[in-house]
Amino acid sequence: MILENQEELERFALQIRLQTMRTFQNLGFGHAGGALSVVETLAVLYGAVMKFDPQRPDWPDRDWLVVSKGHAGPAVYSTLALKGYFPVEDLLTLNTGGTNLPSHCDHNKTTGIDMTTGSLGQGVSSAIGIALGNRLDGRDNYTYLVIGDGECDEGQVWEGAMFAAHHKLDRLIAFVDVNKRQLDGYTKDINDLGDVAAKFASFGWETYDVDGADVMDIQNAILKAKTVEGKPKMIVLDTVKGQGVPFVEQIELNHHIVLDKELCAQSVKDLEQQLESLTTS
Amino acid sequence: MTSITISRELAKEETMMRDTYCRTLIDLARENKEVVVLDADLMNSMGMVPFMDEYPERTFNCGVQEANMIGIAAGLSRTGKIPYAHSFGPFATRRCFDQVFMSGAYAQSNIRIVGSDPGVTAAYNGGTHMPFEDMGIMRNVPEMTVMEPTDNAMLEDMIRQLSHVHGMYYVRLLRRFATKIYEPGSGFTIGKAVALREGSDVSIIASGIMVAEALRAAELLAEKGVSARVLNMFTLKPIDKKAVIRCAEETGAIVTAENHNIINGLGSAVAEVLVENMPVPMERVGVQDLFGEVGPEDYLRKRFGLTPEDIVNKVEKVIQRKKSGSISNTQQGISNDQGKRAIKANRVPKG
Repeated sequence: MILENQEELERFALQIRLQTMRTFQNLGFGHAGGALSVVETLAVLYGAVMKFDPQRPDWPDRDWLVVSKGHAGPAVYSTLALKGYFPVEDLLTLNTGGTNLPSHCDHNKTTGIDMTTGSLGQGVSSAIGIALGNRLDGRDNYTYLVIGDGECDEGQVWEGAMFAAHHKLDRLIAFVDVNKRQLDGYTKDINDLGDVAAKFASFGWETYDVDGADVMDIQNAILKAKTVEGKPKMIVLDTVKGQGVPFVEQIELNHHIVLDKELCAQSVKDLEQQLESLTTS
Repeated sequence: MTSITISRELAKEETMMRDTYCRTLIDLARENKEVVVLDADLMNSMGMVPFMDEYPERTFNCGVQEANMIGIAAGLSRTGKIPYAHSFGPFATRRCFDQVFMSGAYAQSNIRIVGSDPGVTAAYNGGTHMPFEDMGIMRNVPEMTVMEPTDNAMLEDMIRQLSHVHGMYYVRLLRRFATKIYEPGSGFTIGKAVALREGSDVSIIASGIMVAEALRAAELLAEKGVSARVLNMFTLKPIDKKAVIRCAEETGAIVTAENHNIINGLGSAVAEVLVENMPVPMERVGVQDLFGEVGPEDYLRKRFGLTPEDIVNKVEKVIQRKKSGSISNTQQGISNDQGKRAIKANRVPKG
């Protein structure tokens, strides 16, 4: 599949990463690792794939996104702000008293968020409910779902895996962000997930293994997934926790971290430079 | 305007509550295309097969997946559906509490959760399936409405009303035969208690299967010259504060009666209103912080102190306290049954 939007998507991913780091820089702490690892996926979804209208966030025919790993909120908020759901300056209110941007996604607070998440595993079921509801109404829109690899410890993920396949929810396209680390350490040391694609395949899902840092790889998988009928799809993202920000990647336990001011400022500067070189090239 | 007609005699109904539930939902589904039904492998137990036959595309039997069921109901409600999700009481509440809390209430979803086989009516399924805690669990969730329809007439009205409102509702539902309290066509207001019998010496505030027992107790008390008011508090939350305060003002003594743990159930809710507004002597009939057990329902009613005689005993005690002119219950110290158990539990072994 030949697609010509690579540069555009890479630029969008950089912009999301930059805004996310500016948010963390301002706050000084946060769920940096798991927010950064889904940046490329968000760039593809909102940059090329999803049907949406920032002027009509409740448009029923839109494609829906449930970020079940709700702690990735800051990256999602950056994406939504860059797409015009709310001003980019609002990003700096993350986690401040009375903010519309809480740590974990909340559809009653943030324009553009489709489902409240945060307690892990639950977004799987709510995404299924959204997909079922849209199908009942005869809509052909897609529901996208992002879960974490640590999140796959939750039994509810597998309840949903069984149910979605049984109900042939082919308008449900899910991603599992295999960044290999959960709060307390490496997933392989805590609850080894093994071959996650094989696990979902055995539940009846169509699965795809992709490089979660490669926007074209992600986009191609989504386009392929859309051609398969009668099954839910799982795109397994091979990512790095803290992706694209070396100092965060290198912090071993980087689920929720205090961000060193200087390192943060340097990473923001680096991202700005990368963006500039991409823009001028 | 709603009108309530009270049945003249206490008799078992001829229709099971579950059949009224199913028939009402079929009617509602016909009127409103957004009504959907979810269950967790208990559609047969709940008598919901006729609904499934008529509306297969609007029926989601999730299998034995209560957590997933509540999450799916939340997602469906995001797309404008009106979900009624059922399981047995313990599994509709404690099994999936976090899903009810976050995907449901915190997310401001729109779900009616129906928990069947309240308290001792779980009978032969025994202690594992016997919810004495379901209402208390749900009462703790912000913005959750918690209710227990008393008979077919009330159930039908409640289920209908719930298709027109938005929010989180827990409906505790007896599956089989209730005692008839109201005539068909009666209309109720969620959050407003129903006065079933006037009385001046004491008020018995009851819910669920204990409503009929309270009315029987009031008869027994009348024979002894005690005038007992009976109130059906079918909405545990929001509780009808005005009605509780009026009972306190006008009768000066209150006994609650519930097929539930007295902790965090009706007794607790009434006590909270009383201590903050109009403290009067009060006693609680209900399960005294115990687990359920297996057996026939009539055995269990006696075992857990849920008979008319149990209510009469508490009424006599509360009237004694009222006559003594003090709301204090301490002349007996904590020498009641609970106190004895508490002391025993706290006893430190020697050595």
